Amino acid sequence: MITVGIDVGSSTTKAVLLNGSDWCWVIRPTGCSPRQAGREALEELLGRAGLKREEVTCMVGTGYGRISLPFIDKAVTEITCHARGAHHLLQGIDMVVDIGGQDSKVILTDGQGNVVDFAMNDKCAAGTGRFLEVIAAALGADVSELADLARGAEPVQISSMCTVFAESEVISLLAQGVEKGRIIAGIHRAVALRVATMAERLGKGELILFTGGVAKNEGVREYLSRELGRKAVVTPESQLAGALGAALLAREKAGLSRRERGC
Amino acid sequence: MRPQIMKIFENMRNDNALSIQSAKKNGLKVVGMFCAYAPQELVLAAGAIPVSLCGTRHEPIAAAEKVLPRNLCPLIKSSFGFALTDTCPYFRASDFIIAETTCDGKKKMFELLGEIKPVHVMHLPQGTDRNGALQWWLEELYLLKVRLEENLGVTISTDNLRSAIKVCNRERKALKELHELNRHDPAPMTGLDMLTTIFVKGFNVDKEEGTALINQLAEEVRDIAARGISPFANGAPRILLTGCPVGIGSEKVVRLLEECGGSVVCFESCSGIKVMEYLVDEDEHRDPMEAIAERYLRIPCSCMSPNKGRLELLGRLIDDYRVDGVVDLTWQACHTYIVEDELVRRYVRDNFGLPYLQLETDYSTSDIEQLKTRISAFLEMLSGSCSS
Repeated sequence: MITVGIDVGSSTTKAVLLNGSDWCWVIRPTGCSPRQAGREALEELLGRAGLKREEVTCMVGTGYGRISLPFIDKAVTEITCHARGAHHLLQGIDMVVDIGGQDSKVILTDGQGNVVDFAMNDKCAAGTGRFLEVIAAALGADVSELADLARGAEPVQISSMCTVFAESEVISLLAQGVEKGRIIAGIHRAVALRVATMAERLGKGELILFTGGVAKNEGVREYLSRELGRKAVVTPESQLAGALGAALLAREKAGLSRRERGC
Repeated sequence: MRPQIMKIFENMRNDNALSIQSAKKNGLKVVGMFCAYAPQELVLAAGAIPVSLCGTRHEPIAAAEKVLPRNLCPLIKSSFGFALTDTCPYFRASDFIIAETTCDGKKKMFELLGEIKPVHVMHLPQGTDRNGALQWWLEELYLLKVRLEENLGVTISTDNLRSAIKVCNRERKALKELHELNRHDPAPMTGLDMLTTIFVKGFNVDKEEGTALINQLAEEVRDIAARGISPFANGAPRILLTGCPVGIGSEKVVRLLEECGGSVVCFESCSGIKVMEYLVDEDEHRDPMEAIAERYLRIPCSCMSPNKGRLELLGRLIDDYRVDGVVDLTWQACHTYIVEDELVRRYVRDNFGLPYLQLETDYSTSDIEQLKTRISAFLEMLSGSCSS
């Protein structure tokens, strides 16, 4: 059975095609039209797999853009999808820390990929991928360079987590002559601390998977492990956890009787 | 199947605004109240009409923010905004206003409100576990009685108090009977309709008529339940909503919970069970003022410290309504409810092992999508990831 999961995030769209134990994927920027991004990701994915739309049994959409995808069979929240995808990437995980483009979340699972509890940031972008992008711009750097720039630097104390205020704080630190690397290290630590506080309220996970675009940042990764008191594991496919979970849920859904699944 | 009579309830807030005006033309006085602690019996015994002024709409908030700080709870800002902009017919109709020191934001707002209308602020005790608490509250009731008599030019007699007690108790019993119909599984009535019904009782010109209408609705819902009809899909997760008061205009979380597939079967808040659960002792040998004081002090609001009554009530409701999950709705900057959330969370988790979701929001629509994600994820968690 062939199923597809599409995760339309605020900054990137991820699509996963699942065929038995094989899977392939595409990642592309979401841009300003989540619907178009979803459609294009699907076309690219089908092209890569050499398959037609009709050969896909079931499609599940997730991410903030899930509601704008007319071609999916079902929309499932990114929380449920991340938990399922993370379990597939790393058996036995019981906590997922996800920091995406516009939100961050901590998901506590039962170790089998089912959500037990979760926490999400408020409606602002504090401590998310967008936050890192804004700070990077203020420092004249690209977000992908942040980890290299901060390597080995002693973090400076960043007191504000608000994207707007932190930007002005960064600018005044620069004016004071504080080294760029120290500021970035401070920002990395602040992002990690914020999400670790969220995790603390849910209870401690034993095996933690770190997902979302920000998981690619080695600096945030290190501080997160330090703040959580255990290693936050990142796999090469971390960013795909949501889309993979969606494809897995699509398979489960298609496996149910036609009457029950209603798709 | 929706009860036919709901149409009447839906339009009641508007319809009754006209009735209030004609009642006033006939010389009746109107007393506005902000919270469940306001003793309605005294108002009725004074021959006046008690109406609810608790702000539940977003529209007047911008006007309120010209005077009040932005980081205040939406309920206070909405209430004050209605007064400032003169857009609430019930506020306009009020001859006298009863307020309480429930929280810091409210009690200071009432000082400003006093510049617009005559306001009497009742001082609540900080908790109910001290020896002097009931006596304190009783004295506050006597002071209110004097103020009402002065302002409305009437005398509140013991006989009138006794009959007002009966009228209010009848309304409470009727509401509770209706609310308990949602103990049925599946629930025969949506949470949104239930909320509408409870909400509009605050705008009744004639309480007896209002109670009769609630009984009529209950009759219809009982019939729907008996036929096993429900507005919900089979297996819809049964939700208990607790926390800050909710009304029509601020019902977005109730609406989202039900749009996303949940069934809100129980409202544990002062816009729900808390106003129906406790009756005033009707014993004719007792001082009615003392009986009234006792009843109101039983309301388990987060402004009381400690507030163990809320946990006990929650425990009972979780069992009685066989709920699948608890949602704690707190308005931004409502400190007492937001802090108390931690105690409620632990209580629900440790004693019932039930999934629990806290939502903090305001009356605006700016976070609808974020709320939808949280609520959908919570419901997916309750019903197994594939049947949401």
